[in-house]
Amino acid sequence: MTSDVAAAKPGIPRNPDAETLDPFHGVDFSKLERSLHRPRTFMSMLWTVIVSAMTLFALIPLFSVLWLLVWRGGRKLSIAAFTQLPPAPLEQSGGFGNAIVGTLAICGMALLISLPIGLLSAIFLAQAKPDNRLASSVRFAGKVLTGFPSILAGVFAYGVVVMATGGYSALAGAVALSILMLPTILLTSEDAIRMVPERMKEAAIGMGATDTQTVWMVLLPAAVPRILTGVMLAIARGAGETAPLLFTALFSSYWLLWHGHVKLMQPTASLAVLIYNFAGMPFANQVELAWAAALVLVVMVLIANLIGQSLANRQVQ
Amino acid sequence: MPTAEIASQEPVSTNGKVDPSVVMDCNIENLYYGSFKAVRDTRIPVQKNAITAFIGPSGCGKSTVLRCMNRMNDLVRGFRLEGHVQFRGQDIYGPKIDPVAVRRFIGMVFQQPNPFATSVYNNVAFGLRLNNFKGNKAAKVEEALKSADLWDEVKDKLNESGLSLSGGQQQRLCIARAIATEPEVLLLDEPCSALDPVATRSIEELMKQLKARFAIAIVTHNLQQAQRVSDKTGFLYVDTSEGSRTGYLVEFGDSNQIFHDPKQKETQQYIKGEFS
Amino acid sequence: MPTETQISKPPSRTQAITDTAFRALCQGFTWLVAVIAVIIVLKIVLAALPAVRQYGLGFLSGQVWDPNKKLYSILPEIWGTLYSSVLALIFGTAFGVAAALFLAEGFTADAVFALLKIVNLQFHPFWGKLPVQVENLLSNLIELLAAIPSVVYGLWGLFVIIPLVRPACHWLHADLGWIPLFGTDLSGPGMLPAVIVLSIMILPTITAIGRGALLAVPTRLRMAAYGLGATRWEAIFAVTLPTASRGIFGGIVLAFGRALGETMALAMLVGNANVISVSLFSPANTLAALLANAFPEASPKDVGVLMYAATVLLVITLLVNVAGAYIVQFTASELEGEKV
Ligand SMILES: Nc1ncnc2c1ncn2[C@@H]1O[C@H](COP(=O)(O)OP(=O)(O)OP(=O)(O)O)[C@@H](O)[C@H]1O
Ligand SMILES: [Mg+2]
Repeated sequence: MTSDVAAAKPGIPRNPDAETLDPFHGVDFSKLERSLHRPRTFMSMLWTVIVSAMTLFALIPLFSVLWLLVWRGGRKLSIAAFTQLPPAPLEQSGGFGNAIVGTLAICGMALLISLPIGLLSAIFLAQAKPDNRLASSVRFAGKVLTGFPSILAGVFAYGVVVMATGGYSALAGAVALSILMLPTILLTSEDAIRMVPERMKEAAIGMGATDTQTVWMVLLPAAVPRILTGVMLAIARGAGETAPLLFTALFSSYWLLWHGHVKLMQPTASLAVLIYNFAGMPFANQVELAWAAALVLVVMVLIANLIGQSLANRQVQ
Repeated sequence: MPTAEIASQEPVSTNGKVDPSVVMDCNIENLYYGSFKAVRDTRIPVQKNAITAFIGPSGCGKSTVLRCMNRMNDLVRGFRLEGHVQFRGQDIYGPKIDPVAVRRFIGMVFQQPNPFATSVYNNVAFGLRLNNFKGNKAAKVEEALKSADLWDEVKDKLNESGLSLSGGQQQRLCIARAIATEPEVLLLDEPCSALDPVATRSIEELMKQLKARFAIAIVTHNLQQAQRVSDKTGFLYVDTSEGSRTGYLVEFGDSNQIFHDPKQKETQQYIKGEFS
Repeated sequence: MPTETQISKPPSRTQAITDTAFRALCQGFTWLVAVIAVIIVLKIVLAALPAVRQYGLGFLSGQVWDPNKKLYSILPEIWGTLYSSVLALIFGTAFGVAAALFLAEGFTADAVFALLKIVNLQFHPFWGKLPVQVENLLSNLIELLAAIPSVVYGLWGLFVIIPLVRPACHWLHADLGWIPLFGTDLSGPGMLPAVIVLSIMILPTITAIGRGALLAVPTRLRMAAYGLGATRWEAIFAVTLPTASRGIFGGIVLAFGRALGETMALAMLVGNANVISVSLFSPANTLAALLANAFPEASPKDVGVLMYAATVLLVITLLVNVAGAYIVQFTASELEGEKV
């Protein structure tokens, strides 16, 4: 046996006429080799390099932002930052404790408004037949509202709450944020409910469950992790919004809880507005506090995001 | 077992009175999905303490007829029924009837096992909760699991997810879920099609035990299975003469007679084709 | 088989009533959402009506904003809004689509796989999972860009981007000042820093939607191109991108809507000057930034004018968003139809 290709493979008899039957006879095999001298191959490589470089380049700002937050914001972070009130100009030290409380309170109120509305209408949308006009219009409105400029939510809350009640308040801020949170909650909850396998729904109905029983006993329990993911995303978005709070909740240098009263109808501080106000001030102390507040805000937002993500991932497994 | 045999073409006794052993009388004149006529002229009685099997080629409307019997088809848009389906002498398609109530008395087990994503226990207790059952739930769950021949396998993992069971166990779990509420009729749509021969046998045994308590209707593709378990058999076939594919009942009668002495030509051919 | 204690029973009265009530409740809340959507638009437009009557269309074409003289017009803001958004869209699209391709076409996973192959660990039970994990990590990082609040970007732009680009801007203006784009010098805030930050902010939208559109392209189409001897990039340009183009385009339109309405980064970086200029280094203003700056101090009279400006912004963003949402929805259903 000679050691040619055919003989190397057991079971394939050696063909004496291999020379004449060889389909590659006369082909220059160097042409099949990979070579960067060939324009097509070279262009392909070039594009790969360009796209990879651009993607990595797009991530530089992220790392820059995170690094600066840790470096500049971390320096100023202390117990005082969490427990003290914002300093007056030229005053040293101080903190943003009231702004953290304010952000949490405004977001919480916004959630109280948007969650019931979003969830109940999501249930309706998920159960509606494809040709239901109300459902498809509301779904479309939700998609359009996802891109609704946050400043306009502020303008709306200004018109509806501030002008009606005669003053800036946490409530006005919450109304503005709830409009931004609503579409996220609505659309993710609808998706979550729709993702529950049709078979489970069929099983419940086949046993004589009413629609309401099907929703509460089968659909919602299975959809809860995904719904919570949407809620966490909505909270993260709401907490980070500044523009709609600028002229609804405004700002305050006092605690939300003042002499035993919760001042929901008074101007209220929030981290986002504090960052905006202090960033533009010509005082080093305020600018440093703005960085520290930004670090706290980003950490809060990221935690909300991570909780949402991990809930979503758990669902997948 | 009812002793007085009913003539194959006359499921309801001649003098117009309802035969007391017939729990359900399904009489479909025409059944449409939108403009598509899916089934016509099909009359099948379902008897107490007996297993009624539906056989026929794929797409002839077996599932449709079965789903028609507990109004699952109401979920399909464009579904329309001409005819009536009587349950203990009452038309379940009557104007005042609540389909939800119908389904509580006529349980259904689907082709694919479809346990809920909760524990085994909660799966079986689901129907009890639906019906606001006030008594001893744990005892009922145990009883249902025992009847479904699943108790020994799951008694140590009642709190594990129903989805963690094997396919055959899941299907028996679904049966346990359906029988826990003690419906009058049990509809099974190809319950063994996703199962291996051993699991299939155990479900067949189960059905034979359950017929002491329920009226059972089963759709199956497996003629041997129909012959093994059923007391009555209906053969459905597709009529393509009007240009569309409309299913209809060719022959109904004792399983023995259908499988060994079919009267109609189509039945003969179908049985022969399947067995030879 | 009548049992003494019948379990199956028709839905009780309470169950029936609860069911009807709950369904009505859900439907009612859905109507509420519809009503809210309409009210949001109506509220803003109606509040603007007095100012619309008073200032008419001249409001849109004049260039003066002087509350003392009661002279208001917003052409510079409209220009600034559109100019900054278009510029940001150019950068955002280039980088966003590149990132979408990088993440959707398996380059990341391939690169990691190739690296693993060098050390012969590509099928290792632990390291073998790395390619997929790195790809997920990268797309999560890109999504993280969207999670950072815009005010933080503004802060970052003020203290990082402006000092960073200023020398380059000086040089460009001094040496290439005859090009209109470099016609003025950068003195602190201006169009360029605002556009840079804005591009970063809209990039995740384009990448996320673009990646989804690319992943939705059926593999068999790609295989067809490879089977004909196309290189990877020939397949991308000839098959994948054209098939996904409509979805990517929808993402770009939605990103455009985001850019038009983005407020804080612009309010902090664009300079808030009532100027119309093509120069990248000139300060400018946008509608959203105008609202953010003027609203907190607005007298009741000014509010009407600001509502007029808000209405203009509303109309522009609504048009763009409706178009974007329509394109994305339409494309999704089309591709789903194709899969069947
Ligand atoms: N939801 C539906 N909408 C419209 N047509 C349907 C629907 N379900 C079934 N059909 C049609 O009705 C006819 C009967 O279907 P059915 O599922 O009852 O058949 P089958 O006998 O159960 O078939 P198989 O043995 O394959 O399960 C088929 O032509 C099918 O296309
Ligand atoms: Mg079927």
